[in-house]
Amino acid sequence: MEVDPRGRQINLQVAPVLLPMAATTENHNSILIRNLSSTLGGREVLREINLEVRRGETLVILGGSGSGKSTLLRHIVGLEEPTAGEVLIFGKNINRISEDEFNEIRKKIGMAFQGSALLNSMSVGENVALPLREHTNLEDSTIQIMTRIKLEQVGLSGFESFAPSQLSGGMKKRAGIARALAMDPEILLFDEPSAGLDPIIAAGIDELILKLKHAFHMTVVVVTHELTSAFLIADRIVVLDKGSILAEGTPDEIRHCTNPRVRQFLERQPDHEEQDAEKYLNSLTEEA
Amino acid sequence: MLSLPALVGRQSLAFARYLGGLAEMFSKATYWTFVAPFRGKGVRGSATMRQMVVVGFQAVPIVSLICAFVGIIIALQGAYELRKFGALNYVVDMVAITVTRELAPLLTAIIVIGRSGSAFAAEIGTMKVGEEVDALETMGLNPIRFLVVPKYLAMLVMMPCLTIVADTAGVLGGAFFAITNLDSSLSGYLLATVDSLLLRDIVSGLIKSVVFAVIITKIGCYEGFSVRGGAEGVGRSTTSAVVKSIFSVIAADMIFTAIFYFTNGS
Ligand SMILES: Nc1ncnc2c1ncn2[C@@H]1O[C@H](COP(=O)(O)OP(=O)(O)OP(=O)(O)O)[C@@H](O)[C@H]1O
Ligand SMILES: [Mg+2]
Repeated sequence: MEVDPRGRQINLQVAPVLLPMAATTENHNSILIRNLSSTLGGREVLREINLEVRRGETLVILGGSGSGKSTLLRHIVGLEEPTAGEVLIFGKNINRISEDEFNEIRKKIGMAFQGSALLNSMSVGENVALPLREHTNLEDSTIQIMTRIKLEQVGLSGFESFAPSQLSGGMKKRAGIARALAMDPEILLFDEPSAGLDPIIAAGIDELILKLKHAFHMTVVVVTHELTSAFLIADRIVVLDKGSILAEGTPDEIRHCTNPRVRQFLERQPDHEEQDAEKYLNSLTEEA
Repeated sequence: MLSLPALVGRQSLAFARYLGGLAEMFSKATYWTFVAPFRGKGVRGSATMRQMVVVGFQAVPIVSLICAFVGIIIALQGAYELRKFGALNYVVDMVAITVTRELAPLLTAIIVIGRSGSAFAAEIGTMKVGEEVDALETMGLNPIRFLVVPKYLAMLVMMPCLTIVADTAGVLGGAFFAITNLDSSLSGYLLATVDSLLLRDIVSGLIKSVVFAVIITKIGCYEGFSVRGGAEGVGRSTTSAVVKSIFSVIAADMIFTAIFYFTNGS
């Protein structure tokens, strides 16, 4: 048991049976995305994405609203079918393997959804315990202890018996993170983990991500808008814009990137295009 | 504007696709209910029990009440006509046979559509909209096994049970009319009922009820999974689950009744 600077207890001891240390493949990348394109509802949402996430690294995906960040994560967990290209996890093409085989891989992936996606028919504790109940043969008492530890890690101890509808938005989000951590996965995917959280808790989440990386060598992919948080936790940053990758590199490289769109994003400049009245009118008439 | 043939073609394609979706759902749910448990992938017992209580047990009062009323109605209508022939005794047969062969399974199905078929669509639809279904999938939990199988099992067990309850209630409704208007005794009426019924009548009703259970579960759950958009989509799917289920149940009823008629000859 350690105590973090804010006095909250963060417990890093986890039952050793579930530790994800053992390497499953010889590969050095956990996720490999090749030429991925995706069309949803008749619109091309992702265009020829090439991306590699190495084992144990923390990759941050930055990008404006609607740039396709959530869709990219959904492709990584196989919730969408690519129109072209492929997604490989631990060297396996997830769109080619059987469902059983994919489910084995999915047990090693934890995903915290943008909207938490807790099961409303179950209590918070049952939500976190669900993957353990379904995928392991652990004793009920063990599962309860592990659930408590996971909830403690996100600062939600004592809320086991609450229904998701009784939680605030930020609390739901943290419960979703606790559920993603439940199986001690090798790959963790966070969709905007700190959006809508107060600065103190958001900092706590950042710290949690850093701890998961250092203590368990987890591969972490974080989608975020928060620049400070991105530069704090990232080993590598990818900037996504309108469905394609605009820039990729270490935090330093991104900080000194000269691409105007990236600069605009980093310097928080608004879009100016629409303020040019003539251009705007032209664009309207062109479409008609 | 589409031309008429194009419209017809497009609608038929959409209909074929819908049937294909239903068939796929049927085969998956049947696999997860009856095959997978033998491969060490258990059924969620507690969820199934909970569904049985909601789908079956809690429907007993409304099913009994409605079927008792219908028993009385048939007795009244039957007596009106049979009186002309001086054949009032046949009210017993008429109630017994129409209730067990036809009305008990059909009315039970329609009540269950209203109570549970709609609830299946709304529950799964809401989960779909809230990304709960996606979350199940990413956790490696098959949504069909997790959400559909408990409902499917509960329906397969509870629909025949509810139909037996409905049979009993309908016959008792007829008995109520006979006791108050035809001076018969309860035991006399029940004995006459037993005499007039063949085992085949009751069994054919129960077979129908199992078929209806399959139809209602499949359409309710399928509509739930096909929800697009937000709360509005859930509403639309719920309505469409009810309408499509009622239509399909009655169509299936007609087919089965015809089969029973032509294979039996009586
Ligand atoms: N199911 C869908 N059908 C049609 N279009 C979709 C669908 N899902 C997403 N899109 C479109 O894809 C684009 C990217 O969506 P996505 O949710 O990935 O954005 P995002 O980068 O996560 O945005 P945010 O930061 O606001 O969460 C959007 O323009 C959206 O309209
Ligand atoms: Mg998003």
